Amino acid sequence: MAIVFIVIASITVLMAIGTVTARNLFHAALFLVGAFFGVAALYATLDAGFLAAAQIIIYIGAIATLIIFAIMLSRSMMGREAGALNRQWIYAAFGALLLFVALAALVLTTTFNTTLLPVPDNVIYQIGAGFVGTYVIPFEVASILLVAALVGAIMLARERHR
Amino acid sequence: MPLVFSMTVPLSWYLLVAAALFGIGFFAVLSRRNAVAALMGVELMLNAVNINILAFWRYVRPTDLTGQIFAVFVLAVAAAEAAVGLALIISIYRTRSTINVDEIDLLKG
Repeated sequence: MAIVFIVIASITVLMAIGTVTARNLFHAALFLVGAFFGVAALYATLDAGFLAAAQIIIYIGAIATLIIFAIMLSRSMMGREAGALNRQWIYAAFGALLLFVALAALVLTTTFNTTLLPVPDNVIYQIGAGFVGTYVIPFEVASILLVAALVGAIMLARERHR
Repeated sequence: MPLVFSMTVPLSWYLLVAAALFGIGFFAVLSRRNAVAALMGVELMLNAVNINILAFWRYVRPTDLTGQIFAVFVLAVAAAEAAVGLALIISIYRTRSTINVDEIDLLKG
């Protein structure tokens, strides 16, 4: 089972690296879709089946599609780019490496008090009960946020009548 | 079946994968020329955060579903933020004909 995890994790990280280094923006979007699939597989290994399905539907089905639409709508100017990365990419790479080393050092030197309890059987019921019970206020605020984002995105991106 | 992964894969492996994804997304935001590519880096970072949340939920307190509910909220906020960010980028492209982040410098002193 550790082999399966290593395979999924390495595929996800390779797809993410492809996303950030692909010169063609459309290829970067496809690598991002692959990374999202890898992350959904990681959720499945964590016994979070609902989250894995939600990840595929929302991230790949909606957000990645939106990103590809935005790439298509802004295409003509980015054809003859002089490279995918800007002038200070080496400092960014150094900063990202430093961040990863710091996080890895933190993770590897901490002992977490983990338990190996099994996940309850009625996961979907408990998630639903949580949404309308204990966490009803964040749930309603999230729906207000989504409506605001919807209206705002339409207002920002609509055609201006000249 | 439900216990198999937790028995052989320690928690730190999931956290290392999440840290790697976070670092890669961080690099993308800081170094890509195209604004849409920077937004892809932001989405990678949010995915890394979600992996962290779910790994801690599974390994520390799997009987309380608060971890998954939190991850669903992160998912919803990420979707809203991606929609608004892409609408902004499309609007900028319409008025300035570029989405190169080096050339969008109206506020530069």
